[in-house]
Amino acid sequence: MTLKVEVDEQRCVSAGHCVTSAPDVFDQRDDDGVVHLLDGAPPERRHEQVREAALLCPAAAILLRERDGSA
Amino acid sequence: MPEPKALPFSARDATCPFDPAAELYELQEREGLPRVPVPSPIMGEFEAVELTRYTDAKDAMSDPRLQMGFVFDPEQPRTMMNQPGNLLNYNGADHRRLRRMLTSAFTVKRIRGLLPKIEEIVDSRLDALEAAGPGADIVHEFSTPIPTLVICELLGVPYEDRESFQRRAKIGLDVNTTREEQIANLAEMDAYMGRLVAEHRRSPGDNLLGSVVRDFGDQLTEDELTGIGNMLLVAGHETTASMLSSGVALLLQNPDQLAVVRDDPEAVGDAVEELLRYCSPAIALPREAAEDMVVNGQWIEKGERVVTSLLVANRRIPGAEGDLDVLDVRRTPAPHVTFGYGPHQCLGQQLARAELRVALPALFKRFPTLALGVPEDEVDYRTTALVFAVNKLPVTW
Repeated sequence: MTLKVEVDEQRCVSAGHCVTSAPDVFDQRDDDGVVHLLDGAPPERRHEQVREAALLCPAAAILLRERDGSA
Repeated sequence: MPEPKALPFSARDATCPFDPAAELYELQEREGLPRVPVPSPIMGEFEAVELTRYTDAKDAMSDPRLQMGFVFDPEQPRTMMNQPGNLLNYNGADHRRLRRMLTSAFTVKRIRGLLPKIEEIVDSRLDALEAAGPGADIVHEFSTPIPTLVICELLGVPYEDRESFQRRAKIGLDVNTTREEQIANLAEMDAYMGRLVAEHRRSPGDNLLGSVVRDFGDQLTEDELTGIGNMLLVAGHETTASMLSSGVALLLQNPDQLAVVRDDPEAVGDAVEELLRYCSPAIALPREAAEDMVVNGQWIEKGERVVTSLLVANRRIPGAEGDLDVLDVRRTPAPHVTFGYGPHQCLGQQLARAELRVALPALFKRFPTLALGVPEDEVDYRTTALVFAVNKLPVTW
């Protein structure tokens, strides 16, 4: 399974869920709190955290593209 | 004298104030969207579409067609809904512009940096509680001072002024007031905050108001700065105080769950999410439909106002495990809407979480024999305001 992560900085409202859910994948810019993507193709062990971040994001600013490795 | 009014969409059960009123569950089951009368000191009674289902609530709060809808009109008297600077009065790009001036102060990193200060404040209040002795009121000694001290420190508002700004915040959130009282109250709030803003203009302090003046002062009017300050001050202490009191009251009635919060540092984060979900103290402010629209197959007409019951939405979250009418601090956190949803989701939510995660375990560790000082059914709850709260919570140990 591969997972590609994209973020929409324009939509981001800096609620911080992504940073608390998946701190190795997301950070926030110091000057305005907007999401900063650390890893656009996180390893499988982080996938669940990343899905949680996308679920909790109140602005739908996290876009996930999942592809099954066997397909 | 007439009965004090509660807001229908945040109505609570008469015997258990943590539970939504029975009619909210009934509406949740009923097809279509009801129209209900909503009392408001500022707007007078108005009719609104009431959303009670979780999915409807989330969809509505993130739909740009449902707008906060209160455009500042300088010709009209100032009210909380006619106040520049208050983020809750803005939509779209205007809202984003203002919110982004404040978000750097509320990032996860910045809030982590505040933890030592929060711990110090909590310790000082535990000392004060101990000094007050058994029979002391948790609301007075603990729940109100902690978030008030934190927001004073963060914003740059003198703590000595608390009695007057807490009184004004209470009036501002009281549904059972007149429009005239609200206008007079806001004038007092503006006069107070206006003085603080003027001081920061002269010499910006090392705090949030100071840094907003320093970084964005040339893009903001005095009115906007005053509105920002008022919003942060009210939002920063009333809601978290309510959560602290409610958390203490609930955990004292559920000793096995209290033990989890006291003894397992790993479990505190999830426990706080559950308390937030279950208590849901604040309301989502009304929205207005900017055009005819359909929410999950249900019509809302242009110009209709829309209110959302966060309280009952949190009791039926699709996919969440277990019985959501029961408090269970060990449950996998359910994605609650206590902080709202969409672009207006609570700016200070990470700060609120940090305060709750520090204060609750510290209280139960310091006072292992803590118990309610009155019978459970005599705890004095406030159910007729925009923010649910506990008025008084005497404890013994």
